[in-house]
Amino acid sequence: MSISIRNISKQFGTFQALDDVSIDIPSGELVALLGPSGCGKTTLLRIIAGLDYADRGQILLDGDDASARHVRERRVGFVFQHYALFRHMSIADNVAFGLRVRPRRERLAEAEIRRRVKKLLELVQLDWLADRYPPQLSGGQRQRIALARALAVEPKVLLLDEPFGALDAKVRKELRRWLRQLHDEIHVTSVFVTHDQEEALEVADRVVVINKGKVEQIGTPESVYDHPATPFVANFLGSVNLFHGRVEDGHLHLGEHALALGAEGGSEGRAVAFVRPHEFDLVPGWHADGGLPARILRVAAVGPSAQIEVSRVDGELIEVTISRDAFQLLGLAEGDQVSLRPRHIRVFQAEALAA
Amino acid sequence: MSTSIALHAGSLERAETASTREPAWVKVVLISVALSFFAVFLLLPLGTVFAEALRKGWGAYLEALVNRDAWDAIRLTLITAAIAVPLNLVFGVAAAWSIAKFEFRGKRLLITFIDLPFSVSPVISGLIYVLLFGAQGWFGPWLQEHDIQIIFAVPGIVLATIFVTFPFVARELIPLMEAQGSEEEEAAVVLGASGWQVFWHITLPNIKWGLLYGVILCNARAMGEFGAVSVVSGHIRGQTNTMPLFVEILYNEYNYVAAFAVASLLALLAIVTLALKTLVERQTRRQLQEIAATSETET
Amino acid sequence: MASMKRFSPLPGFGLAMGYTLVYLTLVVIIPLTAVGTKTLTMGLDAFWAAVSSPRVVASYQLSFGASLLAAAINVVFGLIFAWVLVRYRFPGKGLVDALVDLPFALPTAVAGIALATIYSANGPVGKLLEPWGIEIAYTPNGVLLALVFIGLPFVVRTVQPVLADLEKEVEEAAAGLGASRGQTFLRVILPHIAPALLTGFAMAFARAVGEYGSVIFIAGNVPMVSEITPLLIITKLEQYDYAGATAVASVMLVFSFVLLLIINGLQGWMHHRYARGA
Repeated sequence: MSISIRNISKQFGTFQALDDVSIDIPSGELVALLGPSGCGKTTLLRIIAGLDYADRGQILLDGDDASARHVRERRVGFVFQHYALFRHMSIADNVAFGLRVRPRRERLAEAEIRRRVKKLLELVQLDWLADRYPPQLSGGQRQRIALARALAVEPKVLLLDEPFGALDAKVRKELRRWLRQLHDEIHVTSVFVTHDQEEALEVADRVVVINKGKVEQIGTPESVYDHPATPFVANFLGSVNLFHGRVEDGHLHLGEHALALGAEGGSEGRAVAFVRPHEFDLVPGWHADGGLPARILRVAAVGPSAQIEVSRVDGELIEVTISRDAFQLLGLAEGDQVSLRPRHIRVFQAEALAA
Repeated sequence: MSTSIALHAGSLERAETASTREPAWVKVVLISVALSFFAVFLLLPLGTVFAEALRKGWGAYLEALVNRDAWDAIRLTLITAAIAVPLNLVFGVAAAWSIAKFEFRGKRLLITFIDLPFSVSPVISGLIYVLLFGAQGWFGPWLQEHDIQIIFAVPGIVLATIFVTFPFVARELIPLMEAQGSEEEEAAVVLGASGWQVFWHITLPNIKWGLLYGVILCNARAMGEFGAVSVVSGHIRGQTNTMPLFVEILYNEYNYVAAFAVASLLALLAIVTLALKTLVERQTRRQLQEIAATSETET
Repeated sequence: MASMKRFSPLPGFGLAMGYTLVYLTLVVIIPLTAVGTKTLTMGLDAFWAAVSSPRVVASYQLSFGASLLAAAINVVFGLIFAWVLVRYRFPGKGLVDALVDLPFALPTAVAGIALATIYSANGPVGKLLEPWGIEIAYTPNGVLLALVFIGLPFVVRTVQPVLADLEKEVEEAAAGLGASRGQTFLRVILPHIAPALLTGFAMAFARAVGEYGSVIFIAGNVPMVSEITPLLIITKLEQYDYAGATAVASVMLVFSFVLLLIINGLQGWMHHRYARGA
């Protein structure tokens, strides 16, 4: 089922939680709503589900306006951040709940319900937990049961609120790969909310970056990462180094130094520029025409990459990441002079940063 | 207001380390003071009730209980509780549902109003019904015309009892349901459950211990209320005597053994109440810990 | 109502709220307004005469004075109880913890006749005190004693959870900074539990002022000496002085409401204060 979000606005008192948000989600896609906490992404998810209502705008499910439809009739699956498993029911009863509360004439036979529950528990690989109770489960197991319960009613849309938020790092990684595989198997249109860019970029088909109630950018993980539309997106997705300067005749001027801008260029005037740590080349020594002069402050060469902290002549700090092998080949040490040559610079007009 | 706090109390204790320990003599003195106070103020009155009731032996004790007047008082007490407790139970659930599960303006004010009967003297709780339904009251003339007796009759006793036990169930449920939040109910609604299904299958199982706790306290007060029913009763033997009122009559007639015999039944009720309360407290505490545990980060 | 309420996907607000308001109005609000309207129809002079006669004033002095003193005593012993129950292990602790609530659970009339029997001149405790010239039953002392009995659980049950929640690290920090145990108590623990103590005090006080059943048996009820205000209301009712009874009751009601507001304010303070660390 496709989801079409049209001009949704929502206010809590004087706080503008969502401001004219429009998103189109084609059937079968897995989409991440990504943004910092308080940006309105969870509110949007709850509005899609019908757990909250919008002040203005429409939600179209498969082209039909669902705004007036009660949450009970929308046939969405919702996985809550803290799972909201029914504490007093066994795992099997939790999963069966949505099937058992149907009106009598639509309800399946008890044997069929049990068969379905068993299949769902197998799908989430937890059929051996059927008779346990939620408090006896680990966080990751609860998460998967919550998913099985949501899938039991065969929803046309699956909505997940911070699905991995309450898990520790290792389980989180496992589960998100698992969720991606599961989605590839069942292909139900899915939307999940997250504040973790790594999670969004790894799992989703498309990412919607939201900030202060507005959509900043919509696109594939590659496109939002490589071609951020706004300074916020550039800043929010992965770590970046920020430069303030001026753009003049195809160069970014930082104090007395100038860096050549590529084909993308940038409009003239005051500008902010972003360079990711891994987009620098390091050259030993200072060179008149070759990049920013700096000095190495600290090096952490653990694992496959070397994290290098360098200081520009005016004292500003820059993070650089290169492969450990490359670093060893350069034979640099702390205190050495280097030149930084960015391979890729994203430039925005300075005014855009304030927005 | 008192009971909601008692919910979280109980045998909360903690391990001590040397740096946060008092000298031994301080500890001994404090425990001795507490135990002496406990013995004199709590144990002694309770013991006295049974000792005085059995002063002249089991025969006299039973005789005091097995007679027409005593039976009538017991019966009226049971009837009163049987009406007041269910009414306040339904009210408590409705009030807690609207207060804990929804956001609306004036919520704090509503809670204050629900608390009111706790802070009104029992005597005034009776008086207000006299002012409404007594011979000189608002509805007095109309009631007389239609030959309906409320004050100095059973309906008055029931009304006064409903008033004094009004907040008990609501006061237990509101903090419990607020702590539990609405996520489980929302999950049930998304899964297609109707309002009643949500209530019966999700909310009720989650609040059952708190509900029981409120009912126990409500019942104890309903059966034991003295001041309010004393004002509206008129003390007609066999008609408007509840057990506490009957105790007073017997005591004022210097019939101490009988007074304490009836009182001993009420004291037993108090002991059973406290035992159930301790049991239920343990359950609710475990439940609250589960809530805390399930909403915490863990693997 | 709908406009005052935030949207919720849960059903039943209208029904539950409607029932709550109707029941509250019928059982609590309308009956309580009866006191107000009755008082208003009296006229100021009659009202003043009713609430300021010497016998009534004497009853205020006893009721409020004894209640204040009882609540103060409860603060001291309630704190000791809470402390001992939270911090120490000793035989019979479970029983003590359960029976602290006895004054809540025991019908007041039962408590009243038991206390009167124990402290009368030939009762088990009264007998011991008589040679020393100490009389409790049928004097204002009896009133005080009954009120101490009735108020104890309020302080214990308010302070106990707060004391249990106090992080041990805080005390260890104080000790580590060189504070003696006494200094730690006065400067660290006491300020922490002060709001709870004050709330318990206010609750015990409020309950004591209105208390009737446990007091009248032991008080002796001598006008001007050991007659509490609630009893005076009943006495006036029995003399068919409805207006007089209502006037005195309205004074008590106003006082109770003010105290209720104070208690709610205190609880808000406690909530604000203790919720932060949790």
